[in-house]
Amino acid sequence: MQKITEDLARRRAAELMRAGEISCLLGWKKGEFDYDVEPTVFYTPEEVERELVCNVFSAANLSKYLISLTRKAEGRVGILLKPCDSFSFNQLLTEHRFDRERVYALGLPCEGTVDTFLLKERVGEGIYSIKIKDGALEVETLSGEVKEIPLSEVYAERCLVCKSRRPVAYDEMLGEVTPDADEDRFAQVEKLESMTAEERYAFWQGELSRCIRCNACRNVCPACSCERCVFDNPTSGVETKAPSEDSFEEKMFHIIRAFHVAGRCTDCGECSRVCPERIPLHLLNRKFIKDINSFYGDYTAGAEVGSRAPLVSYTKDDPEPGQGGQK
Amino acid sequence: MKRCPLSRLEDLFAALAESYKLYIPTDGEKGSSFTLWSEGAEISRRLNTARPPKDFFFPQSEDLMGFKTHGQTVELVDLRTEKEDFALFGVRACDAESLNILDRVFLSEPGDSYYASRREKGVIFTLACNKPAETCFCTAFGIDPSRPGGDVSCIECGEYLYLEPLTQKGEAALERLSAVTEDCDSAEAEPQREKIAKTVSRLPLADLSTEGFGEGKTDELFSDERWAELSRCCIGCGSCTFVCPTCQCYDIKDFKNGSGVVRYRCWDSCMYSDFTKMSAGQPRTDQTSRFRQRFMHKLVYFPENNDGVFGCVGCGRCVAKCPVSMNIVKVMRTLGGKKDE
Repeated sequence: MQKITEDLARRRAAELMRAGEISCLLGWKKGEFDYDVEPTVFYTPEEVERELVCNVFSAANLSKYLISLTRKAEGRVGILLKPCDSFSFNQLLTEHRFDRERVYALGLPCEGTVDTFLLKERVGEGIYSIKIKDGALEVETLSGEVKEIPLSEVYAERCLVCKSRRPVAYDEMLGEVTPDADEDRFAQVEKLESMTAEERYAFWQGELSRCIRCNACRNVCPACSCERCVFDNPTSGVETKAPSEDSFEEKMFHIIRAFHVAGRCTDCGECSRVCPERIPLHLLNRKFIKDINSFYGDYTAGAEVGSRAPLVSYTKDDPEPGQGGQK
Repeated sequence: MKRCPLSRLEDLFAALAESYKLYIPTDGEKGSSFTLWSEGAEISRRLNTARPPKDFFFPQSEDLMGFKTHGQTVELVDLRTEKEDFALFGVRACDAESLNILDRVFLSEPGDSYYASRREKGVIFTLACNKPAETCFCTAFGIDPSRPGGDVSCIECGEYLYLEPLTQKGEAALERLSAVTEDCDSAEAEPQREKIAKTVSRLPLADLSTEGFGEGKTDELFSDERWAELSRCCIGCGSCTFVCPTCQCYDIKDFKNGSGVVRYRCWDSCMYSDFTKMSAGQPRTDQTSRFRQRFMHKLVYFPENNDGVFGCVGCGRCVAKCPVSMNIVKVMRTLGGKKDE
């Protein structure tokens, strides 16, 4: 996201607020460091003009906040939507999780967001400040060194294989739509598919063994919008917290969750972004998306409002269970 | 004080591994972690491990006891596995201090025998932070990253690793390293300590202060209206609590397996909706009160009950890991005062 978009977003959002079109704005603001950009709700146009940040660090998907905010806030809620977040927005609407009339969406162009872990790894020491330049970040380190890091080296994986940079929902678009990424979204899934069952088991065992059951993946997920998760119910009989050693439940938790959101997951990649252990959870979801596409024809959750997902609709052409996807 | 040439670090590890199960921080693609040392293992070049060393003393999940029924009688099974003596090398000053905080919780009467036995068996070699990160704020809690605690305090300076025993356990451990260490003047490591002090004074969070928190602040801070704003975007996950070296809350549960019942305990998080749930329900029914609990505990309740000692060591893990970038630093900045104000 360019500086020009940030200026435009600040100006336009403040205007909407002053005109009483929106009562508040879901956006991002700068935290302690230049890369530390946090989701927030703005209530005054002055705050918006001073603090709103729309840049490569505005990574958090804001759409899930609409569920609670549209219930609490008076009037219409403004929201800034990156293209990938707009799919979540539509999917939430499809599931009747908020009232569209209560929302005014500002679409943002996006060329990708930065994976701060990758950035820190690439810089290799403490970061003092960051200047965003065309195609690169100019990073001043704590030791006073200045390093230029090409953005292409620190973009999040989800952005390198972005499914679409065309926002699918907005009331008005801020700036020009950016061209799509050209990398294959399913290449990593294919790599996993080409493994033997033992290799694949070892891969997931290695990844999931680091899980600390913090539930960040679930809580951030726009598809996980149950008012009360079964895993938060101590009487449900399933392990809601870290189980005793050698239990397979933490693996089951992620697999069950992937099944639960199958057909509704828009591949926004928030689960992997927030994982403190950097488990590539989105690959489970992406495998399901790939399978759904090959069994039922191409389908993108959230591409349009009200579409019936293949897993909750029936046609006579559906593949038979147990036939390996054969019709 | 002793010293060991950095070129002989491998020999030092080998010597330690003869007497202890030795764990050192090693680098993985996704972060660093304490791993069992084996020949050729290289010590991490990252500042710190993704997870604190807390697990070695208070594991995320541990079996406490088992129950087996035989007709009318129930047999209690001791599931404790006696651990060998172990050594952790490369613990940072913040994490070493966090163990003192956990000690206050688990070793005060009635002591927790599971934790106590691990503390007894573990010897801690700390390592000064030559390259602190922007997320570090240990100095706000009076911790000096150039003089870490633990049993043996180490610092790399020039061509040497300097080792200073701080406890009897540490002295005993150092005695076993006589083949790879030699006596030296403690002033030799001073230049490095000065360098660290200079770096630390320039850290972006160097001005963070505990002013406004601590004993006697409960009434004033509990009812502060800004908790609602601070917690507005909190998604209620447990990341901050589970990467935290000082978070100490746990749950105890019974798990039925094929041959009986296992009673285990696992970390719990005050961010969760069923935290401290009682027959009368949850004491904290919304995310704002859960959020407030976490920070009030660290910044007010803990010092209130522990001679003014704060329940945070400024390791910065929560700063780096929170999905929505909300953390104790922002809470302290919002509700507290600044240094020199």
